[in-house]
Amino acid sequence: MSNTQGNLNTTAEVGIVEEGGSFPPFDSTTYPSQLLWLVLSFGVFYWVMSKVVLPRIGGILEDRRDRIAGDMAEASRLKQETDEAIASYESALAEARKKATTMAHDARSKVKAETESARAAAEEQLAAKLSESEQSISKITAESLSHVGEIAAETTGELVKALIGGRAPAKAEVAKAVDAALK
Amino acid sequence: MAGNSGNAIDPIHQFHISKIFPVEIGGVDFSFTNASLFMVVTVAVATLFLVLSTNRRGLVPSRAQLMAEMSYEFVAATLRGSAGNDGMRFFPLVFSLFMFVFVANMLGMFPYFFTVTSQIIVTFALAILVIGTVTIYGFFKHGAGFLKLFVPSGVPAGVIPLVSAIEVISFLSRPVSLSVRLFANMLAGHITLKVFAGFVVMLTGFGAVGIASAILPLILTVAITALEFLVAFLQAYVFTVLTCMYLADALHPSH
Repeated sequence: MSNTQGNLNTTAEVGIVEEGGSFPPFDSTTYPSQLLWLVLSFGVFYWVMSKVVLPRIGGILEDRRDRIAGDMAEASRLKQETDEAIASYESALAEARKKATTMAHDARSKVKAETESARAAAEEQLAAKLSESEQSISKITAESLSHVGEIAAETTGELVKALIGGRAPAKAEVAKAVDAALK
Repeated sequence: MAGNSGNAIDPIHQFHISKIFPVEIGGVDFSFTNASLFMVVTVAVATLFLVLSTNRRGLVPSRAQLMAEMSYEFVAATLRGSAGNDGMRFFPLVFSLFMFVFVANMLGMFPYFFTVTSQIIVTFALAILVIGTVTIYGFFKHGAGFLKLFVPSGVPAGVIPLVSAIEVISFLSRPVSLSVRLFANMLAGHITLKVFAGFVVMLTGFGAVGIASAILPLILTVAITALEFLVAFLQAYVFTVLTCMYLADALHPSH
């Protein structure tokens, strides 16, 4: 054991006074030195952490969180704008469609009314013309019929003249005979 | 030479403290030792990493910055989880403790490096720092109301003295359990590692049979090394969690 401890001194220039082989962690002569250096090193570490490192990392994380939150807010704002634009477009479209339907309806009913009236007028005209024609036809018929006896009498007179030759019978006589035949 | 090889497998040798610059004030030895050196190295490594990695303050973090941010958020979540938002006033302390213990444990995993946390005085000092903070802040904030910590509510009056006695004992044993847990884990782990590694060295001295039989301790050494890395992190975490829970007592003593 003493041999072992003799070799330990090779790492330290000055060498340490060995504590008769006591277990190193329980060697209380090293405690003041360990405590002092622990307090110094840990104190410096704590100071650097609380003053430099942790505020810095906290700042980085917060910046990132803010940035993300800001971007999200911007995105939702833009989305809302888009939604609004879509809604207004939809309503404009619906309005336009309604207007178009009304216009088409109006145009159709107007055209229909015009056509109706034009047709009515044409029909009226036609009816008038028809009755006029009928009247003239009936007039012509009547006229013609009134001439039938005359023509028949004349024709009969000629026939009789041709058949019996010479002298034509008296017109009144012929007419009387034709009338009697026609009756 | 015999002494040297004996040294190589002496599992306690790694915990020896040797002076680098002797300092003596008023007859008390305050020398800068290998333990002091590794405290400084621990602080330097942790500080440099955290400062340099966050130097750029990137909105999109680099890998190193992400590690720094993750350690920050990890400790913050642990503290907030057990002590609530009020507990964030102790965040610098808890973060410093976690990083110090964690980096010290991890540096201790390097061969030939001294493990700062394998010294009971160091872990005890850190535990006293925690319990001291809890006690002083508890009395400062709640005055005598802090003593409600020892009188759990909803306990029948008859058993209050007994329960209070147990609570007081458990409170007083906190620094001991906190420090001994960390110290003993680091000490035992490093001794185990050294013993198994020592077997390998010893057995290889016995020729071919020895080398063949050295394979098993070699595998074990590798496995224990992995385990020790886990323990190094886990003990730092446990220390932090317990610190957070004790701080929660200081903030809300009536439970």
